[in-house]
Amino acid sequence: MTVSVGVVDYGIGNVKSIIGALDKVGAQVILTDNPEQLLQSDAMILPGVGAFGHAMQQLKERNLDQVIREFTDSKRQFLGICVGMQLLFTTGEEFGEHAGLGIIPGTVSKISLKSESTAPLPHISWNELYAGDNQNWAGSILEGLGSGENVYFVHSYVGTPDCSQDILAVTEYDGLHLCAAVQHENITGCQFHPEKSGETGLKIIDNFIKKSR
Amino acid sequence: MKKLRLIARIDVKNEYAIKGIQLEGLRKVGDPNKLASKYYQSGIDEIIFMDAVAAYYDRNSLSDIIDRATKDIFVPITVGGGIRTIEDIRTALKAGADKVAINTQAIKRLEFVEEASKVFGSQCVVASITAKRVGDGTYLAYYDNGREETDRDVVGWAKTLQEGGAGEIMLTSIDMEGTRKGFDIDLVRMIKEAVSIPVIAGGGAGKNGHLSELVGQTGVDAVAVASMLHYDLASVGELKSHLGNRGFITR
Repeated sequence: MTVSVGVVDYGIGNVKSIIGALDKVGAQVILTDNPEQLLQSDAMILPGVGAFGHAMQQLKERNLDQVIREFTDSKRQFLGICVGMQLLFTTGEEFGEHAGLGIIPGTVSKISLKSESTAPLPHISWNELYAGDNQNWAGSILEGLGSGENVYFVHSYVGTPDCSQDILAVTEYDGLHLCAAVQHENITGCQFHPEKSGETGLKIIDNFIKKSR
Repeated sequence: MKKLRLIARIDVKNEYAIKGIQLEGLRKVGDPNKLASKYYQSGIDEIIFMDAVAAYYDRNSLSDIIDRATKDIFVPITVGGGIRTIEDIRTALKAGADKVAINTQAIKRLEFVEEASKVFGSQCVVASITAKRVGDGTYLAYYDNGREETDRDVVGWAKTLQEGGAGEIMLTSIDMEGTRKGFDIDLVRMIKEAVSIPVIAGGGAGKNGHLSELVGQTGVDAVAVASMLHYDLASVGELKSHLGNRGFITR
């Protein structure tokens, strides 16, 4: 069965690569801001780059925040990428405090490097994925990945769920453990860009599609 | 942990990948998409496409190339050359770029960097600096792909660009570019010490040792390579294993 994936089109960032990656793994892509089409798809992806508040505002202007809540309530598979993951949380602190979708309890705040740190921000790097506490990747979008596989990150802000059980994967940057992926029931989010993470990233997208069947 | 990034820079003129020496005397080196695919397959971390004549002709013609690249290349893509307006950035991102490199327009109007980072986020804005040594260890910023001079010292200029919202600095030495004689290490060190955003260094790589020497002496975040890959002086794998053997870990 071909899986149809609604990719939320809300004028934020590059969606070409995610479409290319979905094509590559044999999914049917529907890039749209049309609520009906989005709600009819088998799975949904919320991409996004840029500032939290601006992205949230773009969603709201199109009433897509409601569409996303309705979709995630239906227990179908949902994936948020980068800012699309951050928006899942309750609050974002980029350029002032903004309410997020509030689907996963948690906060998005600036990566707080140690005062003596000379590590650059944004965190723009390939970096290694490790399982969160008590997490097992079986059945998740990271199934089959080795511990320490590299994916591509580009962010200055990081989302931290209130409940550590929601942390699917972490990465380490300058001694800090950053939440790299969250999973809460049918809802998954990744801070890194699977569509920019080479063959490892394609495998993650493929896992997401398999979960959506 | 942070990883060093190895980036392939592909300069483009009229649909062809080209390479010059000190940004002049451009020679065709192949099809930009074929080169990009080859580098992706062999493990490159990022690709930069630069329209070599865009600043001169006031336009960027890379959309078709980016569009094709997104179908089989799944690493970050930066596009530069002739990016002048918010609309130009939107077009580049729509075609499939993740970041844009901005030089000429930043020199003409710094506010453009601020606007771009506000609208698209700092992560999208790569401030490109082309630097030329002017004696006594100072360097000036050039624009229009190295054709035009300014009176801006690159160290102050790099800080200004960072404050303006740039997410990365891409630093190219005009003196070393295309010469294969090695990077301008003094230049890279100065800029790396001046800013806290990631720095990509380019211009001058001719042998594997040039890369490890640069990274060892400057701690630069990413290295952009063109001639070495285009002319098959080394493969992506050879460069990465050379760096890795010296403790500079890429993905």
